[in-house]
Amino acid sequence: MIALLHRDLMLAFRAGGGFGLGLAFFLIVTVLVPFSVGPQSELLSTIAPGVLWLGALLACLLSLDRLLALDFEDGTLDLLATAPLPLEAALSIKALSHWLTTGLPLVLAAPVLGLMLNLAPDGYLWLIASLALGTPALSVIGAFGAALTVGIKRGGLLMSLLVLPLYVPTLIFGAEAARRGAMGLDGTTPLILLAGITLGTIALMPFASAAGLRMTLR
Amino acid sequence: MTLCIHDLAVARGGVPVLSGVSFEIAPGAALILRGPNGAGKTTLLRTIAGLQPALSGQIDGADETIAYAGHADGLKAMLSVTENLTFWAQVFGNSDIEPALAAYQLDPLRDRLAGTLSAGQKRRLGLARLMVTGRPVWVLDEPTVSLDADAVAMFASAVTAHLRAGGMALIATHIDLGLNAATYDVAPYRAKADQRSGASDEAFL
Repeated sequence: MIALLHRDLMLAFRAGGGFGLGLAFFLIVTVLVPFSVGPQSELLSTIAPGVLWLGALLACLLSLDRLLALDFEDGTLDLLATAPLPLEAALSIKALSHWLTTGLPLVLAAPVLGLMLNLAPDGYLWLIASLALGTPALSVIGAFGAALTVGIKRGGLLMSLLVLPLYVPTLIFGAEAARRGAMGLDGTTPLILLAGITLGTIALMPFASAAGLRMTLR
Repeated sequence: MTLCIHDLAVARGGVPVLSGVSFEIAPGAALILRGPNGAGKTTLLRTIAGLQPALSGQIDGADETIAYAGHADGLKAMLSVTENLTFWAQVFGNSDIEPALAAYQLDPLRDRLAGTLSAGQKRRLGLARLMVTGRPVWVLDEPTVSLDADAVAMFASAVTAHLRAGGMALIATHIDLGLNAATYDVAPYRAKADQRSGASDEAFL
């Protein structure tokens, strides 16, 4: 398992590995929002938590295509399926490496981008906490979508359609926690619900993903 | 431990391609699968490797014993030869990749990125992967594609060494490897066209 994680991270950082794809997209979205909405700092600070969460979610979605497709194309998935490592574990590791290369950088970049959107000072901690708790769920659900669509040529659209509804609860509670925090309210309740969603998906989704992948490998 | 296939039927894309396939491979023995293109050799091998379910029949002795090598080698273009091989060795719980590098004369290439190798060199690396798995049954689908005569000889001697150590091999190939192995022609086992799985209109035909 460590070997797989190590290899995936190494591949992500080498040329063409796709590290920074999500981060760059996140950056572009949040930089462009003030231009499109206009420079009213009141308005910006109202929409900041929502925009940051939406940007993070779309950035995650953008990089899901690569999660399994590359391994499928060069035959690695077939070989992994016959390896002693259970497919459930392999997919959990894949989701973890996706989070480490996409989700974690987004969490770390969010406060800087919050500054550009005039996020209220109280909101930073809540924003980071909600993103840190919520983005793992995005990766795990994304791995499920990728496993279902990996055999399909250019299945990106289908995967987005499958995955986006599953992302909605995470988005609602994550953005709500960040919004309440920014307004100076207590955001504990949405944060706890968000943590619940994340833990539930981490516990259950690998089994669904592995079952889906076995179907698509046939 | 032997690999026993008994009355196996396999399907590709829901259409049965082979049925009634039965054979046994004992330790130290190899079996060469032959048959025309589209006869179902790949489907049969993938089924035995556990990548797809069988329509019916039994496969015994295939749990956690099979090292499968298909048309794709599972190599990462941005990893070096040793990194690729070490990864697979670790996945299978081994660490020594030197015998595999030596058997396929990959030593001079060890620090090259796999993406810069020629097709034949990639295939050699893909076959070297079998040696680091430590699995007793090699299930190989057209292993000699894009190999030159020298590399085929390397492959044949690697298989011979594997068999001598008590391993087994099931190889689908069109060329003569010079192995002392039985041949199994799948052509007579082609499934009848009317045996479609899940066909509900059989009674009306």
